[in-house]
Amino acid sequence: MEIQLSVQQLSKRYHTGEGVTGISLDVRKGELVTLLGPSGCGKTTVLRSIGGFLEPDSGEILIEGTSVLKSPPEKRPTSMVFQGYNLWPHMTVFDNLAFGLKIRKMKKEDIRKAVGEALQLVRLPGSENKHPGELSGGQQQRVALARSLLLKPAVLLLDEPFSALDAKLRHEMREELRDIQAQTGLTMVFVTHDQEEALSISDRIVVMNHGNIEQIASPQEIYDEPNTLFVAQFIGKMNFLKGVISEGQVTVGKLRFPNSNRLSGGVRLAIRPEDVIMNGHEEESLPGVIKQIMVLGHYAEVSIQVPEHGVIRAFQPRDAVKALHSGDPVRVSFKKVLTYPEV
Amino acid sequence: MRWYLKALGTRKIVEFIVLVLFVIFFLGPLLNLAILAFTGKWSYPDVLPHQWSMKWWTFVFKQEDIAKSIGLSFMIAAIVTGLSILICIPAAYAFARIRFPLSKFFLFSFLLTHAFPKMGLYVSIAVLFYKLGLMNTLLGVVLIHMINVLMFMTWIPTAAFRNVHKAQEESARDVGAGPFRVFLKITLPMALPGIIVASIFTFLNSLDEAQGTFLVGIPNYKTMPIVMYSIISDYPAYAGAVFSIILTAPTIILLLAAKRFVSADVMSSGFQLK
Repeated sequence: MEIQLSVQQLSKRYHTGEGVTGISLDVRKGELVTLLGPSGCGKTTVLRSIGGFLEPDSGEILIEGTSVLKSPPEKRPTSMVFQGYNLWPHMTVFDNLAFGLKIRKMKKEDIRKAVGEALQLVRLPGSENKHPGELSGGQQQRVALARSLLLKPAVLLLDEPFSALDAKLRHEMREELRDIQAQTGLTMVFVTHDQEEALSISDRIVVMNHGNIEQIASPQEIYDEPNTLFVAQFIGKMNFLKGVISEGQVTVGKLRFPNSNRLSGGVRLAIRPEDVIMNGHEEESLPGVIKQIMVLGHYAEVSIQVPEHGVIRAFQPRDAVKALHSGDPVRVSFKKVLTYPEV
Repeated sequence: MRWYLKALGTRKIVEFIVLVLFVIFFLGPLLNLAILAFTGKWSYPDVLPHQWSMKWWTFVFKQEDIAKSIGLSFMIAAIVTGLSILICIPAAYAFARIRFPLSKFFLFSFLLTHAFPKMGLYVSIAVLFYKLGLMNTLLGVVLIHMINVLMFMTWIPTAAFRNVHKAQEESARDVGAGPFRVFLKITLPMALPGIIVASIFTFLNSLDEAQGTFLVGIPNYKTMPIVMYSIISDYPAYAGAVFSIILTAPTIILLLAAKRFVSADVMSSGFQLK
């Protein structure tokens, strides 16, 4: 598939020491790629460099095969939706949306039509004459999105656009964004620190930490096969155990796993709570005691105190925990184990 | 009666008394002024004049130097406001947007002109003006007035510009506006309330300035407040009252006109040194 945006060896250092180094990333036409990471990991730096609001120290940014590094933001084929304060309060919604089109010398009737359609697309039809102050936070972000959509950018950049909204609205907006993407086929780069958001909307996720890319993969792959210990810690819930290599196998207590990553010395094992099996065979399990059972809707989270290994959390079907009580002895084993070198 | 007071509660009663005192304190003198200005005859023990009249108004407007001083005052105030907008608005934008060393110190230094007794400051400025040949010139008077308003004219617009978020400017760049268009169409209109408040303040301050003008502008530049001194000493209080009203009227008219923009937080945000 056609490459719409290509970031090559992008580096930017701030005088504080933070920044990004050697970021390379290709985004295909019509793809929604999320930059995910904790605050200060450099995801916004990458996005702002693409948008033209930051000048990188080195590297190259190509959009549809052409370098955009020399162009100011107003000349780039990108459009950005910011976290907040996107709109101009002294203008009506119509004027906010028409601002960019007027600069492009579009005809008046065409502007009116295009604005109407864009508002339809973000489900705010007929709000042309309102002022941003009369809109809720979610509606304001929709207008901002509409303004960017109107310009038909080659790449749409979204800088944590929903992070100021409440959880329910955030959820709705994600779905809507996905719908809009399906309808328009726009290429999008989305920045977020919310892993749930990234997992739910992305075609691919770029996990970043300390200015470097840790992994680029589909949400499923990121969840199932985290490349690094950081990704394993950052995405979803995870249990961690310390293991050692003995006789070519990764060993934790009586449990043995194949050393597929060819590790040596200390090993960190990562197990998803849904991969924890309770009441395994005596030979292939660790003994523990149930510490707490929390029923969370359709499933339950069981905390098990395992001597020498700390607390292990297991997700169990609700019915499976009915007969269990805290203090009960259990034996735990694991369906699937990920191994990383100990740092 | 007592049960009524009891039902009201001490708090309400105290509040009411404070309000009444407040109204008397503020509106009393103004009311007295208004009565005086329209008085024909009024002898001491009476509460109100026996006779109402406009004679002091015609008297005041017939004095040639008074009419001249009104025109002069408004002209000077307009020049001072215009010049300070030209000088201070770009400075305010720089303070709000550009990070440069000692910016806080410079911003704070505008307070200096208000840190000393005014007369001392004016006398030292007058010495300087004398050497430069600015005594008894329009430019000299304008400069003296500007020194007074520099602080407000920079501080309040600086805060106004700071309240325009970077994302708002950046999204305008993003949709295709160059830096100049962004300033003209986004930043300036959004900061306008603060700038208007500061300009009104400047205009009124210049209209009211007497000490510095007295020192630098006499005898050629007699503004309204200067003329007022002589009226108060040379004519009956009625003439002074008429003149005070003429001096107060622009303040009230301008403040009413700008009511939409003038709010306590626009002013106070100018005084938060961030």
